[in-house]
Amino acid sequence: MSHHIVEVRDLCFSYPDGVEALKGVSFRILHGESVALVGANGAGKSTLLLHLNGYLTPTRGEVRIGDVPLTRATAVAARRAVGMVFQDPDDQLFMPTVFEDVAFGPLNAGLPPDEVERRVALALERVGMVHLKNRPPYKLSAGEKRAVAIATVLAMAPDILVMDEPSSHLDPRGRRRLIGLLKSFAHTKIIATHDLELVVEICSRVIVLAGGKVVAEGPTVEMLNDECLMLAHGLERPLSLSRVPR
Amino acid sequence: MGLGQWIEIGHMDELGRMESPVHRLDARSKALTTLVFIVVVMSFPRYEVSALMPLFLYPFAILSLGRIPPACIVRKILVAAPLALVIGMFNPYFDRQPVAAVCGYVISGGWLSFASIIIRFTLTVGAALALVACTGMDRLGAGLERLGLPRVFAVQLLFLYRYLFVIAAEGSRMTRSLELRSAGLQSLRLRVYGSLVGHLLLRSMDRADRVYRAMVARGFDGEIRVMRRTHFRWTDWMFMIGWTGFFIVARLWNLAELVGRWLTGGVS
Repeated sequence: MSHHIVEVRDLCFSYPDGVEALKGVSFRILHGESVALVGANGAGKSTLLLHLNGYLTPTRGEVRIGDVPLTRATAVAARRAVGMVFQDPDDQLFMPTVFEDVAFGPLNAGLPPDEVERRVALALERVGMVHLKNRPPYKLSAGEKRAVAIATVLAMAPDILVMDEPSSHLDPRGRRRLIGLLKSFAHTKIIATHDLELVVEICSRVIVLAGGKVVAEGPTVEMLNDECLMLAHGLERPLSLSRVPR
Repeated sequence: MGLGQWIEIGHMDELGRMESPVHRLDARSKALTTLVFIVVVMSFPRYEVSALMPLFLYPFAILSLGRIPPACIVRKILVAAPLALVIGMFNPYFDRQPVAAVCGYVISGGWLSFASIIIRFTLTVGAALALVACTGMDRLGAGLERLGLPRVFAVQLLFLYRYLFVIAAEGSRMTRSLELRSAGLQSLRLRVYGSLVGHLLLRSMDRADRVYRAMVARGFDGEIRVMRRTHFRWTDWMFMIGWTGFFIVARLWNLAELVGRWLTGGVS
């Protein structure tokens, strides 16, 4: 199924204040692949992610979801294919109850009420949060909020999951649960994170961004074991890899 | 207690989801009735006080039938009260013509119109808050749209409400950090507050942008969609016609005076 492919070609983007956030980024992510986007703060990770569902329009270059270039006209379809989990769940959860929040996407897709209800139940069950259905989201714990935020995206049945710092603000147990959950998804995954241990467990490939450019790209273990590369980009070689023979 | 906690914005959403005969009514009938109520209240002459009193029945009936604790509505009215006070506070200075005497005290027209403004304010704001509390903002927005309000306005209203949470959350976070670093000083320089408010605006705008982004990411296209659409039933007609009738009667005759005269056996 080719529509799970994400391709970025020579992507450039400048913010209105003149800051050049992306300077010609190119990569190709295949069906079912889990790829980590790593890099120091301000490397352009979040800006890049915002291009993947057409929220930002590149000043040069293009994004292709499947075989379709992402434009204003194709953005609606792309947003259905690319589920985006934002960095701060508080930004993502804006409805009065968990149920309504998870139902927001399916309702906007124009699904009939019973199908919406089914999707919501399924998505909440998937993340283990059915019992919170009628709670207001702002009263949940950070881990619960994150799980519900993921459910809001799952309910839209996306092909590709894009996540910005999914493990931030989580306690170790919440993080462990998240990793288990992410491992169980067959989706194509693109994860921007500083949590390199999570990358080791989930992602098969790593793309290193710096100054708005791709500076390195390759298999996870090889990339993260490169001490010089890691240190040069504000990262650290994950401890778990020291057990892996080089 | 921060302002955010004091007005408990989130509480309104919880109230809107409760079950009661008033909650079950269609949003449109409640919105229309409340609109008629506000127009009627505003149409009274400026010195009117006593004739307004029977109209308190409407917000009270909604609150009690909707099982909404009056305290949370009263608190929100108090938050907005300074506005009405500012509007009315010069009346007693400019309008010193005596119009009535109670127990030997002469009351000037200014004080009477001031009281009238405060009562009208309490009635209209109270009724509007009661409407939101027993309908929920989302259903109200969808209802208004079905009534023919242009979608742009309905969505504006919804966003305005949604971003109240955003601003309240940012505001409470900022005042907390301010308190922690002001070393117990009660009065801070005006300059600090100036920069605080400026920052609040900028941060709220950023946050609002992120919320909007998340909505767009999940297919929001400007249309409000709700799960359960209520239908206009006979109870809605009863509600509308009954209350509108009452408002008209209360507008044409001073019910308070009539009841008073009846109780005192026609002595006037």
